[in-house]
This record gives sequence, C-alpha cells and structure tokens, in this order.
Amino acid sequence: MKPASFDYARCDTLEEALELLAVHGDDARVIAGGQSLTAMLNMRLLQPQILIDIGRIKSLSYIKPVRSAIEIGATFTQGELESWPDVKRQLPLVAAALPYIGHFQTRNRGTICGSLCHADPSSELPLCLATLGGEVVLQSRRKKRDVKAEDFQIGLLSTAKRPDEIMVAARFPQARAGWGYAFHEISRRHGDFAIVALAAAVGDGKIRLGTGGLAEKPTLREWDKMEDKDLPDALNDFAWDLGGSDDIHATARYRREIVRRIGKKLIEEARRCAL
Amino acid sequence: MRTVKRGERQLVRFTLNGEQVEGLAEPRMLLTDFLRHEIGAMGTHVGCEHGICGACTIRLEGKAVRACLMFAVQVDGKSVVTIEGLADKNGELSPLQAAFHRNFALQCGYCTPGFLLTLADYLERNPDAQESDIRTALSGNLCRCTDYSEIVNAALEAAREIRSGKSVAQEN
Repeated sequence: MKPASFDYARCDTLEEALELLAVHGDDARVIAGGQSLTAMLNMRLLQPQILIDIGRIKSLSYIKPVRSAIEIGATFTQGELESWPDVKRQLPLVAAALPYIGHFQTRNRGTICGSLCHADPSSELPLCLATLGGEVVLQSRRKKRDVKAEDFQIGLLSTAKRPDEIMVAARFPQARAGWGYAFHEISRRHGDFAIVALAAAVGDGKIRLGTGGLAEKPTLREWDKMEDKDLPDALNDFAWDLGGSDDIHATARYRREIVRRIGKKLIEEARRCAL
Repeated sequence: MRTVKRGERQLVRFTLNGEQVEGLAEPRMLLTDFLRHEIGAMGTHVGCEHGICGACTIRLEGKAVRACLMFAVQVDGKSVVTIEGLADKNGELSPLQAAFHRNFALQCGYCTPGFLLTLADYLERNPDAQESDIRTALSGNLCRCTDYSEIVNAALEAAREIRSGKSVAQEN
C-alpha cells in the first residue's frame, strides 16, 4: 500500500506545469487535492513517472461568474465550494450534491476539477455537470479549449482530456429563473460510492434527469411537456434503457426501482423548489 | 518550481503542533509514514492507507484531512496539528479528550486520534451540531470496538462545552 517511486515537481505557475506536461505526457499525473489519485497511487493502480503538483498555484484557486455560469478554478476545493456563500442560490444542484461527496475530511482537500478528471461513473460532480449541461476548460502549452460535459467524460475513468492538457476550470450553469433542482443518492453507508445517484432539473416545461452509478458515465434523459400521468412509464423506459447490472452491491432490478421511485420523488421535489 | 527526483530525499520543513520541525522525505513518502518514522510523532495511526478508515486524520492549516492521502513533500511550509498537539504542555487533556475519557469513547484506542482530530475541526466550525450532524461528520471514521454511541455522546458533551466558551483543543 505504498506508491511506486516517482519524480515530483511542485509548480509555482500554470506555465511551468503545462511545460512539464508537454514533455512527459502520459508518463505524468497532475495532482491538486489528490483525494482519488493518491489512493490509486497507494494501491499501485497507477504508477506515473512524475507527479506534477499544481496545488500551490494561486491563480487556479478561484470561483467567479462567467456569462451565465459559475467558473471554478482547478485547485478550488469541494469544501471551499460548500462554504461559498452563494452556492445554494447560484448552484442549488451542486449544493445538494456536495454533502454526498466522500466525507468532509476528503472534501477539505478534494477539488471540483479533480473529481471531474477522475471521472468515476458513480461520482456526484460529473453527474451534476452533465445534468446542468456545463463545460470544462482544458489547456495545453499550445492551446486552450472548452469542452461540453457530454463530450468530456467518455467512459469509465476516462475523459477527452489529452495527455498534455490540464483541466484549468469547470463551468457550472447558474440556476435559471423558474427552474428547480434536486439531488439524491442511494448508498449503503454515508460517503460510500453511490449504488445509484440521481440529479433532476425541472423548468420551462422540461424535465432533465441524470443518473450516475448505472453506466460507465452519467446518463441523461430529457423530456418535453411531460404529463404527470405519463411520468411513471417514461421513468420505467429510462430505467430499462440504462441497462444496470447485478453486482455485489445491488441487483439490476433494485437499481431500476431506484430510478423509478426516487426519480419520481426527485422530479416532484425539483418542481417544488422552482424559483 | 521545486523538483525532486525519485529516491532522492528532500528537506521538508513545517510547523507541527506549533513547533518548527524538519525531516527528509523522498517524493513517494506518505505523510503518515513521514510523521511516524521521520519526525517520530507516532500518535497518528495508519489504518487502511487509502482514505477510507480515517485513523490517520490530522489537521492541515486547521482543516481535518487524511494524512495517508498526502505526500510529505506537500506539507512543506504548512502547519500541521496531530494528536500530540491536543493536550496542553503539562499533559492536561483538552475538553474534547476529557469528554472522550468521561464517556468511555474508546476501547482499543487505535482509531481515537482520527476521531479526535476530525471532531476538533468539525466542532470548532459547527458548535451547534446535533446528534445526526455529528454522526454524518463521523461517517468517515471507522471504529471496530465501540458502537459509536459513546463517541457521539462525547462529541455532544464537548460541543456543549464549546458553546459555553471552552476551546475545543489547547493546540499549543
């Protein structure tokens, strides 16, 4: 349970980190909070040649509104977002999801962008970003590009981020007037990986329901002008389409039942919360 | 930029329980091992080494964090508080520790440093915490001896004392 050897570089600027990444590419791993990465290093699931520490780059620790989104820098932690005074008003879905992420001790170091890069299929922040239709900012030495959530996470622990890129920021769309948001997840114990996580956004006659823990990445369904009487059938179709499987934690049937029942409750809750 | 090659040991200077200390660490050395084997502060316990059990919880810049999910080189220049920093210099227990003692909140004691450092941060920020809040806050710390009731009772008692004006830990 000790990591294999690696070189270590503590960068003072983003440029230094990008320069190193351009040289080392796939042999390097970027660390900020390290709450998923260090566990994987300890278990030797990853054995990078060099660890590039961006944790002390001050310019990456920020939160600010950009157009109709809230932009969060690479080293801004989950704990900092939890205590950001505007979080409930501007990002109600994320605010509801944050307490489910690990434990407060891991949120004290774990970053928003780090969790998105780790791209665990059952984790909360990728699900929120997908449900809200957010985007991430990827930067290499040569260029900077915005990538939509749906294009960013491509599968289990894998993303569209290239080996020479750092996720410098993530943009979560701000709460919209007339919309309501709700989040819930089912796990055996608080802080465990979700058996199923659900995120709902409801407004303008639309319903968006995101699920995590069922497929290799968050899966989203959107309905337009759904009549209440049709909702159970729509949720049932969605639950079957997700193709959850039996494993040691739960059966596929149980997972479908969560989507049907908790999904319905969550949509009703989001409606009630509409601004 | 500061770089260290694998296998090379770098000088790491930091504040431990209010005192300036230093030691040598190669990049892959976990903070848990550094505290225990280089610095000689054996109070921080090692359980699972992948962030699940909470036994190694310390305070970094005041915040409760897992020492097993950090490298020693990352605390260079930072301030760390471990279990050794809770009681005062004469060995008198902090109100939180005393509450654990009164409530029989430990049996083998292996997990206790982690629980205390977790609660030191949590109760300082949330002195009005109710039982359910405390149970949630403690969900990241595993104890295999007690059934947690005594730990929760101790935390509630310590919270009452904090509300009446006592500081949660001496932290000299």
